[in-house]
Amino acid sequence: MKTIHVSTTINGDPAEFICTPDETLLDVLRNRLGLTGAKEGCGTGDCGACSVTVNGRLVCSCLVLGAEAQDAEISTIEGMADADTLHPLQRAFIEHAALQCGICTPGILVAAKALLEKNPDPSDEELRYWLAGNLCRCTGYDKIIRAVQAAAAEMRGA
Amino acid sequence: MVKVLLWGTLRSAADGQAEVEVAARTFKELLDELVARYPGLEPQIRRGVSLALDGKIYREAWFTEIGPDSEVVLMPYMTGG
Amino acid sequence: MALDSYQKRTFKQVGTRPNRPDGVDKVTGRAMYGADATAPGMLHAKVLRSPHAHARIVSIDTAAAEALPGVKAVVTAADFGVPEDAFLRDVQDHCMAREKALYDGHAVAAVAATTLAAAKAALKLIKVQYEVLPHVTDADEAMKPGAPVVQAGRAYENVPAGMSENVTHHCEFGHGDLDAGFAKADHIIERHFKTAATHQGYIEPNACLASVTSDGKAELWVCTQGQFFYRTLCAAILGMEASQLRVTASEIGGGFGGKTMVYMEPVALALSRKAGRPVKLVLTRDEVFRATGPTVSSSMDVKIGMTKDGRITAGQAVLRYSGGAFPNTTVDMGAQAAFAAYDLDAVRTFGWNVMTNRPKESAYRAPGAPLSIYGVESVVDELCQHFGLDPLKVRLLNAATEGTKSSYGPTFPAIGLKATLEAALAHPHYSAPLGTNQGRGVSCGFWFNFGGNTCVSLSVNTDGTVGVTEGNPDIGGSRASISLMAAEELGIPYEKIRTIVADTSSLGYNDVTDGSRVTFAVGLATIKAARDAIRKMCSRAAKIWGIDEEAVEWVDGAAVPAGPNAGKFPPMTLAEIAAVSAETGGPISGHYEVNADGAGVSFGVHLCDIEVDPETGASKVLRYTVFQDAGKAVHPSYVEGQMQGGAVQGIGWALNEEYIYGADGKLQNPGFLDYRIPVSSDLPMIDTVILEIPNPGHPYGVRGVGETGIVPPLAATANAVSRAVGVRMTELPMSPPKLLKALEAKG
Repeated sequence: MKTIHVSTTINGDPAEFICTPDETLLDVLRNRLGLTGAKEGCGTGDCGACSVTVNGRLVCSCLVLGAEAQDAEISTIEGMADADTLHPLQRAFIEHAALQCGICTPGILVAAKALLEKNPDPSDEELRYWLAGNLCRCTGYDKIIRAVQAAAAEMRGA
Repeated sequence: MVKVLLWGTLRSAADGQAEVEVAARTFKELLDELVARYPGLEPQIRRGVSLALDGKIYREAWFTEIGPDSEVVLMPYMTGG
Repeated sequence: MALDSYQKRTFKQVGTRPNRPDGVDKVTGRAMYGADATAPGMLHAKVLRSPHAHARIVSIDTAAAEALPGVKAVVTAADFGVPEDAFLRDVQDHCMAREKALYDGHAVAAVAATTLAAAKAALKLIKVQYEVLPHVTDADEAMKPGAPVVQAGRAYENVPAGMSENVTHHCEFGHGDLDAGFAKADHIIERHFKTAATHQGYIEPNACLASVTSDGKAELWVCTQGQFFYRTLCAAILGMEASQLRVTASEIGGGFGGKTMVYMEPVALALSRKAGRPVKLVLTRDEVFRATGPTVSSSMDVKIGMTKDGRITAGQAVLRYSGGAFPNTTVDMGAQAAFAAYDLDAVRTFGWNVMTNRPKESAYRAPGAPLSIYGVESVVDELCQHFGLDPLKVRLLNAATEGTKSSYGPTFPAIGLKATLEAALAHPHYSAPLGTNQGRGVSCGFWFNFGGNTCVSLSVNTDGTVGVTEGNPDIGGSRASISLMAAEELGIPYEKIRTIVADTSSLGYNDVTDGSRVTFAVGLATIKAARDAIRKMCSRAAKIWGIDEEAVEWVDGAAVPAGPNAGKFPPMTLAEIAAVSAETGGPISGHYEVNADGAGVSFGVHLCDIEVDPETGASKVLRYTVFQDAGKAVHPSYVEGQMQGGAVQGIGWALNEEYIYGADGKLQNPGFLDYRIPVSSDLPMIDTVILEIPNPGHPYGVRGVGETGIVPPLAATANAVSRAVGVRMTELPMSPPKLLKALEAKG
């Protein structure tokens, strides 16, 4: 299969890669660019572990083709912290013990950040429905919801 | 002599007894003695057993000492997830 | 030894909630999981799987696949030996079918190639000639005489003659006169229950990176709950020496018991050995469902008699578990646990294991117990309804306590069940008002817990910091709790400690992270290793001061002279002793090795409120509270996390999760869309009440908490649903179609 050359922006930095036409953005991130923070839990868009944003829109990167990244702005978990300063969501997840195994954490953080950018003060129910596409098997979601709300409150106060 | 309580399915290998008496001071002696006296118990003991001594469950521990008045219960080898 | 057992003390750090040491790695995407590693010259592997539920493998032709450009190795069962040991043979046969494919998804061949695309293409070129055989996927069907035989000649000696060859194991537990017990009852209820197999549902698919070199040395990077056990199995299957195979546990993306067994790791090693290159093998979600993990499915009959004032007079359960195409004894655990919460004069449980054409069962939190306890707790609930009695008070009336002869034999030592029930009774949840179509369910739960083989090595660094090396993959924050216990014992701040999980060449054997054992057993070994280091530090201080070792004791992180006769010296801190360790005798380390017993059994009580939508049959959990004895909660956040996570997995088991097999014997729902685990919008907050009744078998009183939490929710949820709709639900999951059917039948 002939490869495609793609120029894009990832976490604010210019990036270039080649990929096959059928290669997913997730595979490109993980296998060609070494960004293994996005995880493949299902490959069918059901678990949300591969969540990233493309031009500000939350997507499952396993359902996006690498070629679609041309001229796009892509944000992944690797770009969430500002150098060594964690994003309030990242800090809240640690402080509220909102992760156990941590495999769903990158996807949930990316998804939660995308929500708070649209809606800085979600109700628990809005938050639970927004995150319904991100499976977590360890926590029962309780501490995740609390952590996101704590971060949201902090971000509103800031 | 130590009294050992067997679970239901083991009793056919011990002449139908629910409880057998063996001379043993440790778990190792107890298991060896059970196999010697009741060869029908050997397959299960080889697959694995736990032993409860006065309510505390041990999975291996050959040299655990057994008092003459101790309650000893043979149990299947415990597994977990 | 006094120091071995529990001693009451005031904790300075244990019981606090510091940040976990792996937190930043995990929120920044830096943590390395099974699929995240690469190696120079790495190949990619794919597994060819049987499309048939049961088939004889007549021949496998791999020539065309091997000839495909980029393909570097193909393996089949012919590349493995035939282990003599039956357990090991089953493990290997599960990884790669030999003679027969035993279930839909059973591996029959595997390919390693330079690209994943080439490996996938090569699979299509492998020609397998199957002779399709009749199959059976239902436990009850498989027990019938004349049922298709999954494997012949596998029954244990305890199975009576004349049964289907699929029946491999039988057990019986209990005591007392059942007939006399049932004769005393004012009412007897007997119910038949069925539960579907479920999957542990870890979000990280099984993944490994294997590298075998031409001199026979090997490395395996793998997401596992037990790198040492994986080494044992892989070395035995591959015919390698344990010392030559180093297994490194990656960060693990969930396990819950499902990653206590190898599935494709020996295959990856065999491919690497054959190809002479590193091989990465990552399962797809479809493969995870079809060929790893699931629990047993069950068919059960439970009969309980009760007096009108709520005393249980007799209990009996017949359990038929199927753990797929291989023998197993999980039903032993279910049969022992079924009535463990109750003080009974007459109790009997009978267990059967039956083989079916399904993947080999793996452990899942308290394996076997959730099912039998679901049956028992459902019948107890129905008896409470019959007599109009309070279900918690009835449980309290019958609760096992210290001195009770347990349903599985031993007399209970001090246990926390009554205190747990009393906490539930007093909790505001229990008196919260319920509306229409709402019901409240109660259930007790029980699990054994154990300790097991454990090594810890603790090194005192010259700058006054401490490294703890342990051998159990951290599934839910255990590095934090182990660091806390080391800090507590040494008397230095938590931040000065770093705990790491060692590979198999860096530490002695450690049992798998299972049996709720890590905080208990690794914690115990850490405390003892710290005490070993403390003895050495006291000895160094004694030398420096020129006094007897016995005249030095350890107080708040420093050596101090013990008593007025020891001499007057200012305390010498850990950092001060460490700084001069080279001058006083060399590096200071503490060690401890043990096969720990005395974990102590565990009880929990769950309360569940549910609203059922009569139009759709959908159930919504409104309120949920977990009550459980943790002995001592070392890091309460992660104790709560275990309880919340276990509860929600049990809710999923009760309401939606199931392996659905078609008439063709194929798994119909091998994906997260159709195998529906709970999502955040399904759930309320999960409240927890941690009781702390010290475990006498641990220096800090710690009791394992990892497994018990999944035991009560099946019945708590089923009892809530049954009360909400006025129909007794006897089949799990209670998915909307089944619930609608029950509502329609009720009319």
